[in-house]
Amino acid sequence: MIVVEQKPLEDILDMVKDSDRMLVLGCDGCSGIYQVGGEKQAEMLSSMLKIGKKTKGGKKEGDLKIEASTVLRQCDKEIVREALEGSIEGYDAVLSMACGAGVQTVAEVFPEKLVLPAVNTKFIGMQDREMGDLHERCSACGDCILDETGGICPITRCAKGLLNGPCGGQVEGKCEVGGYENDCAWILIYKKLKEFGKIDQFLKLRLVRDNRISQSPRDLKGGVKYSGGGE
Amino acid sequence: MEAYSSLMQEILDGKFVFTGELEPEKTTDLTELVEGAKPLVGYAVACNVTDNPQSMAYMSSLVASYVVQRDAGMETIYQLRCSDRNRLALTADVLGAAALGLKNILALTGDHVSLGDNPGAKSVYDLDSALLTYMIRRMVDEGVDLAGKPIHEPPKIHVGVAVNPNADPLEAEIIKLKRKEEAGAEFAQTQVIYDMEKVDGLFEIYNQYGIKVPVLIGIFPMKNYGVADYFDKNIPGVSVPGELLETLKKVSEIADKKQRKEKYMEVNLEYFEAFVRDIMKSEAKGVHVMAVGYEAMVRELIARVRGEG
Ligand code: SF4
Ligand code: SF4
Repeated sequence: MIVVEQKPLEDILDMVKDSDRMLVLGCDGCSGIYQVGGEKQAEMLSSMLKIGKKTKGGKKEGDLKIEASTVLRQCDKEIVREALEGSIEGYDAVLSMACGAGVQTVAEVFPEKLVLPAVNTKFIGMQDREMGDLHERCSACGDCILDETGGICPITRCAKGLLNGPCGGQVEGKCEVGGYENDCAWILIYKKLKEFGKIDQFLKLRLVRDNRISQSPRDLKGGVKYSGGGE
Repeated sequence: MEAYSSLMQEILDGKFVFTGELEPEKTTDLTELVEGAKPLVGYAVACNVTDNPQSMAYMSSLVASYVVQRDAGMETIYQLRCSDRNRLALTADVLGAAALGLKNILALTGDHVSLGDNPGAKSVYDLDSALLTYMIRRMVDEGVDLAGKPIHEPPKIHVGVAVNPNADPLEAEIIKLKRKEEAGAEFAQTQVIYDMEKVDGLFEIYNQYGIKVPVLIGIFPMKNYGVADYFDKNIPGVSVPGELLETLKKVSEIADKKQRKEKYMEVNLEYFEAFVRDIMKSEAKGVHVMAVGYEAMVRELIARVRGEG
């Protein structure tokens, strides 16, 4: 899922200093599931902003219209349109708690509105509930090679994104980037392939990637087969 | 196989070769580098010229390699990192190097830029050391760039790679050399090691996988205790043998400067002469002496093991 993290409140307050009529918009997708930008968080943030604007911005209750709402998925144009059409007029700005795709979807559906990001979009991640951590696992490179690398992504988990690792920077299986705390992806790959009796795959010289595949902006034309709740 | 460089010629002739190391820094003045190379002429067959070592933003290794060859008459091994250049820039530099008469390149992936002195820089890694090796060999042998586009007057240059016998797990590191060999590596230089156990460990796996690339063993005579201590503490995965470090520490306590200097020489020579003689009996094809700024030592060491000292 997409991992997001709320921006510091001071930064958000600074960002919205000119908007007193604002919709704080949560998303029940990834952002909500990770409890960063769901319904509760949107309500919480809207109260915090009210307090902030009153204490630091010298505003009075009557000056402000800061409300919270949540949509099923902010990255779906139809869902966003249906959920907000008719109600969005009363606000001069939307403060989105979705990932960057969600923020831009709202902005595309309602081009006359100022749409601002309340979260930083971090990465595509995996959750580790036990530890309460999130880890980046895929960079959406567009040409998945997990089949060749023992199911471990070198594009994302190797700090250099190497195709022919490990580099000289690994020490006892740990990566030089980040102070030898993270596992070296290529040592993980080596161990996995060895365990599976596929050392040949490790030895294989992997030739250059065609970087056009991951050249942004990317589209998947006609890619929507199921609108998943938009109707 | 044709040799374009003295380094490759000597390796092909079966001579035991010595290479040195020079480090251009954050300066436009290459005097020290050139002066450092001069005493090694006739001793080391070539000297590596480092490329932004530890990801420090230093003077171009391409330019420094050229100036050293021109002004000191020392053949160079131009180190080239993938950290800072994409395939276009690497192609350009390889063509430029060949045009300037450089004959050897050491293809490196390169330390991550976040470890250097401009840690916020964007790292590149469009290629890695194996792919850079592959690219250079295609340029030389087939006269085409990575995309298969023909080169007018292809370069004549050799390509070497690095290998780290200190790595753990060792097998993953050594068999990478197999991959690099397949990519076209013509020689390999190892990271610094201090004992034959590491040399033997390397060649055991090397032979098991039928690797043939000529290997030069990296050694590091240490100019003073400070250098040794820094190296021991700051280079992950390698440590200076305790006894040697202790001895160097004792030498550092000698008050008289001249005496201290002489003693450092003596201690280093004693340790490394024996080590190099042992390496000469192994399957290694040479020794890469990484003693930047310690030319007197490098020269004396080479002279002694050649029986000239
Ligand atoms: S190779 Fe890695 S980055 Fe590419 S699609 Fe697969 S998991 Fe994602
Ligand atoms: S140490 Fe491993 S994970 Fe880190 S950059 Fe090198 S190969 Fe990649």
